[in-house]
Amino acid sequence: MQQRLKNRLGLWGWLGGGRYGLDRYAYSLHRLTGLGILAYFIMHIFVTGQRVGGPENWDSTMAAFGSPLFKVGEFLVVLAFAFHAINGIRLILVELGWLIGKPGVPSFPYSYSTLRHKPVFIIFMVFAAALMIIGGVDFYFVMK
Amino acid sequence: MRESRLWFWHILSAVVILVLLGVHMGTMHLGELLHRIGIGTGDPVDSSQVFERSRQAVYMVTYILLLGTGLFHGMYGLRSMFFELSLSKSLEKTIGGVLAVAGVGLFLYGSYVAVVVFQTSGV
Amino acid sequence: MNKSETRDKAILKTVKFEVLRYNPAGNESPHLENYSVPVTKGMTVLDGLNWIKEHLDSTLSWRSSCRMGICGSCGMFINGLPRLACNNQIVHLHSDRVVIKPLPNYDIIRDLVPDLEGLFEKHRSVKPHLIRKDTAEQDSPTGEFFQSEQELLNYIQFAYCIKCGLCMAACPTVATSEEYIGPQPLTAGWRYLSDTRDEGAEQRQDVLYSSHGVYRCHFAGACSQVCPKGVDPALAIQMAKRDAFMKGFGRGKKRSGSSVIPPIQDWTPRGDIPDAPAKTVPQKSE
Repeated sequence: MQQRLKNRLGLWGWLGGGRYGLDRYAYSLHRLTGLGILAYFIMHIFVTGQRVGGPENWDSTMAAFGSPLFKVGEFLVVLAFAFHAINGIRLILVELGWLIGKPGVPSFPYSYSTLRHKPVFIIFMVFAAALMIIGGVDFYFVMK
Repeated sequence: MRESRLWFWHILSAVVILVLLGVHMGTMHLGELLHRIGIGTGDPVDSSQVFERSRQAVYMVTYILLLGTGLFHGMYGLRSMFFELSLSKSLEKTIGGVLAVAGVGLFLYGSYVAVVVFQTSGV
Repeated sequence: MNKSETRDKAILKTVKFEVLRYNPAGNESPHLENYSVPVTKGMTVLDGLNWIKEHLDSTLSWRSSCRMGICGSCGMFINGLPRLACNNQIVHLHSDRVVIKPLPNYDIIRDLVPDLEGLFEKHRSVKPHLIRKDTAEQDSPTGEFFQSEQELLNYIQFAYCIKCGLCMAACPTVATSEEYIGPQPLTAGWRYLSDTRDEGAEQRQDVLYSSHGVYRCHFAGACSQVCPKGVDPALAIQMAKRDAFMKGFGRGKKRSGSSVIPPIQDWTPRGDIPDAPAKTVPQKSE
């Protein structure tokens, strides 16, 4: 048999939205933010576990995480949370068959799920952006 | 149909997380904001606040619930990604096992912390 | 040649085709080769490739057949999206550069020819045909399997698939996973699973709901976007997920083989139907 040339896109398929639609970019971001939140969550379990050592131990742990680098990291987690949560609500609804329309007889120009879903998608993304802005205001102007 | 069951819980855990983490983020991050307009109780990560919460049974129970659902949701999500990488059947099995053990381990550790702090600061 | 014909033959512009070349027998590594193609009114990308083969390079290879979006042979990666070459006019691409590569996520046999065998194998794995417990009735039917119009509308869209494989080229999960069943076969599986005449759910759902089945879809939506027939694989997969989720609450839809309706016996033809014209070709028995 002659040699076949492998042409699977690999991880670029996960991250490279290319000329595909908005949903494809939301998919990539959902993956990335999910991984980020999981990493933070595991760290968070151990950090909050320092409560076992009593209030003094807790205060010294909190002081150790007070540096600007951790602040920025924490803020990224807030942004990731805002996106993952709002996009997650959308995905739950979509994956259970809501907000994407019903099957019918295709006639040109074709109507399809992601096209019908687009206005809903934009509304959800506006919510996510609003949540990010609230989070940002809270993080940098209100919290100590 | 094992996968169906796992995914079923992935979705249900997401709903639980949405509610609990919504409250969690509300109290932890908007705490100061709420305090300024007169509803909150001050800096949520101040040790007095932290231990005040820890000795309430409601907080202990919701911490453990959020810990469990969060870990399941996260670990299943991570497993999903691994299962999309053309790994061998045996490697997939191993990764599934490792993630399950890690999840249970973290859950036990987190629950232990929540229970111990609840008991010691309760007296 | 009348006036309108000469106008149709007029060259609108010259476009640069950049086509990926790969020859398994040759020494050259895969590379893009440039061709200048004069574009006339209504000329499709496939026409452009034919023009190159006729005038510039007879060794250029691709797969095509019907040149009208029915057979699903000429799927290619054209200017950043998987499309059918016959279905897209060059002027509609709004670019003076047409970059053509073989469909991603398939092995390349030569030039623009992808190896679709993997797709067909997975398509077979979902058993894309009606399964009835009473095989005797299926082989020599005494009537028709009942189906209402609404029951037909629930799946007919997914039956329009032409197996061109564009969805598999667009899917981000297929990009990394060899085992993932993929949008086309999952849609075909759901098409039969949701068919009220079908009784093969037990055989099919082990594949559809396996750890490489519907749950590896995360609604990136690219498959539905590129489908040239409006089949909407993403919708079919979400419906399959919904069905399984509802079963988790004990509320899944029960679909079992519909009953057999015998043909109507006592009927009289309408009087105003004219007789068929006499046969012009002698029949075998006559």
